[in-house]
Amino acid sequence: MNAYEWAETIVFFTVLLALVKPFGSYMARVYQGERTVLSPLLVPCESLLYRLCGVNRDEEMGWKRYAVGLILFNLLTGVVLFAMLLLQGVLPLNPQKMPAFSWSLSLNTAISFMTNTNWQNYAGESAASYFTQMCGFAVHNFTSAATGMVVAIALIRGFVRRRTSHLGNFWVDLTRSTLYILLPLSLVFAVFLVSQGVIQNFSAYKTVPLVQSVTYDKPKLDDSGNAIKDAKGNPVTESVTANEVTIPMGPVASQEAIKELGTNGGGFFNANSSHPYENPTPLSNMVEIFLILLISGSLTYTFGLMAGNPRQGWALLAVMLAILVFTMAVLYRAEATGNPLVAKLGVHGINMEGKETRFGLAGSALFAVATTGTSCGAVNTMHDSLTPLGGLMPLSLILLSEVVFGGVGTGLYTMLAFVVIAVFIAGLMIGRTPEFLGKKIEVREMWMSILAVLTAGILILVFSGIAMVVPSAVSSMANPGAHGLSEVLYAFASMSNNNGSAFAGLSGNTLFYNVTGAICMFLGRFAPILASLAMAGSLAEKKYVPPSLGTLPTDKVPFALWLTLVILIVGALTFFPALSMGPIVEQLQMVGQ
Amino acid sequence: MKDLKPAILMFVVFTVICGGIYPALVTGVAYALFPTQAKGSFITDRSGRAVGSALIGQPFSDPKYFWPRPSATTAFAYNPMGSGGSNAGPTNPDYLKTVGDRVQLLRDTGVTGPVPADLVQASASGLDPHISPEAALIQVPRVAKARGMSEEAVRTIVAQVTEGRQLGFLGEPRVNTLELNLKLDALR
Repeated sequence: MNAYEWAETIVFFTVLLALVKPFGSYMARVYQGERTVLSPLLVPCESLLYRLCGVNRDEEMGWKRYAVGLILFNLLTGVVLFAMLLLQGVLPLNPQKMPAFSWSLSLNTAISFMTNTNWQNYAGESAASYFTQMCGFAVHNFTSAATGMVVAIALIRGFVRRRTSHLGNFWVDLTRSTLYILLPLSLVFAVFLVSQGVIQNFSAYKTVPLVQSVTYDKPKLDDSGNAIKDAKGNPVTESVTANEVTIPMGPVASQEAIKELGTNGGGFFNANSSHPYENPTPLSNMVEIFLILLISGSLTYTFGLMAGNPRQGWALLAVMLAILVFTMAVLYRAEATGNPLVAKLGVHGINMEGKETRFGLAGSALFAVATTGTSCGAVNTMHDSLTPLGGLMPLSLILLSEVVFGGVGTGLYTMLAFVVIAVFIAGLMIGRTPEFLGKKIEVREMWMSILAVLTAGILILVFSGIAMVVPSAVSSMANPGAHGLSEVLYAFASMSNNNGSAFAGLSGNTLFYNVTGAICMFLGRFAPILASLAMAGSLAEKKYVPPSLGTLPTDKVPFALWLTLVILIVGALTFFPALSMGPIVEQLQMVGQ
Repeated sequence: MKDLKPAILMFVVFTVICGGIYPALVTGVAYALFPTQAKGSFITDRSGRAVGSALIGQPFSDPKYFWPRPSATTAFAYNPMGSGGSNAGPTNPDYLKTVGDRVQLLRDTGVTGPVPADLVQASASGLDPHISPEAALIQVPRVAKARGMSEEAVRTIVAQVTEGRQLGFLGEPRVNTLELNLKLDALR
């Protein structure tokens, strides 16, 4: 890295880490119902909202009722979005007259946004109306993010509370997440993004002349809009000259801010955060990465504070940060080395395929690891065109169950599942009773943690395996050989872990990928959520065991190292065979040629 | 099922707040503070007609223009309705042949020595308006010859259009090909 890139990276992490404590404390106050700077403005709104919706804010819920409320709410939002996509053609705010989505694409997309995945088998600018983007996708960006956050908070309460079944009130937590955290930040940062050039309007798409007109081959269509093919089955084309182009418009900034902040990742445009209208400058780029990491990073402090031991929060953050920095370094190095096969052609420099000029390599590498370490999935670089070793980093971060900062809330509750597993294994090895934060870890907690951590892994391996023997699934690959396997593996990893980024060459809008993907996203989201809530319920019932000489300290360096190892070993044991047939063998082929 | 009522009502309320009020509010504030950016950063000619957006690149292949990065947008290069990258894998033989052809095209115009990667590898969005200063400078002899200008004069204009790192340290120095080519055309 050159001096500028070092400065860029160091300034970025300094600002992020400096905000963990103040913002983490703010979130703790929000969830504990204490006064915050925004209270004078928001308390009346909050009260009005509860009255409107018939919520008794003082009512405590056990884990089952909390879970039922959560599932009900999410299913409802998903069903409404499904209907909205099927009816897009007749709904308002559609200046481009976009038609309805097909049923399988509607199903995939509705579940995708409901589960905070934002996997996109459609291209935003040519398929989604402003109404769909705003009242469908953007609303889900808020609600799905808030859903993830409340599960983490309920799990924290499970560790902290003693001999009770009470985990808080789902509706209150959901409302506070949205009103006090997601909305104010989105508002401020959306306006900031506009200052950098992100668009925000409701105009019809704009036509501008081209300075130099362009001639291209356009497939000929018959009257019903199907491509005409010649005797050999090749599409018939005609030469067309374009003197002008249509530039898409829309309310992009308001969506962009919550897309990053809520680790959703669904782009307004097909090119996502590489599109100049979504991410116009190096500064907007750094701000977007910052938003991706802000809530998840700060929640570790919220956790430490609520658990009465801030050091414990810092220990988790240190583990996350170490893996993030390591993967960024490997990715940077791999891309800076470039593609030797391209270098042989007389080309000089880093691997620029699928990267934008303005961000620089540091800004691209940091974005790639931030978006996959969390469950964001927005991209400013096309991961499919990374070098094999470079592409292995985002893929691995997803496969490690997205605990490197992780999705908002999801990162913390998944990390806590890893902590429980790490404590349990350490307990077995040194012959001590496994306990964490004064709560005994027993069979039920282990089951729930394993479920939270391994659900996605099972889904990924099973469905990637099925895809390899289904001819239509294989034909969706865009690149031949080992890289094709990487595309499929990445797709199921991304969907099962609710990430949403892609090795985007894969043609995902097929019946096979729409339906299998919907299954992966649904189970990959709600199995860990139910497991976490069930664990929270059983932990809250337990009595507190004061620490003794026999207690394993979990807020010190040795445990942080141990936790890192457990995360890496679980990931490696599950996925090494599959990875060695994909990116690893491709790297060897590339270097060896 | 006593939670069904709050589920429905909460969803309605959040749809109104997050899907209606929030984007409307952002639009209002954006139009008040940053109207040009909110509307798309369009460049207008003397009559006020939009001739392009400063953020969205355009396809150039004529020798008298600086060429932008290769673009993998659908239908034709730099089609704003089909943003996206090539998604070509690094060992894909078809992709390597395409890059080889692009290098050859530059060699045919007299470029010698190593070719800057950004000039032969497609951008992520397919709409990247920028190229690196190196990628601009190796095109100077061709553009100068096609326009009958001195290389020095063209190089001066490239320098005027070159943007440095934002705030002095963010991102990479870059040249906006659309602005550069518009500026060259305006000279006549």
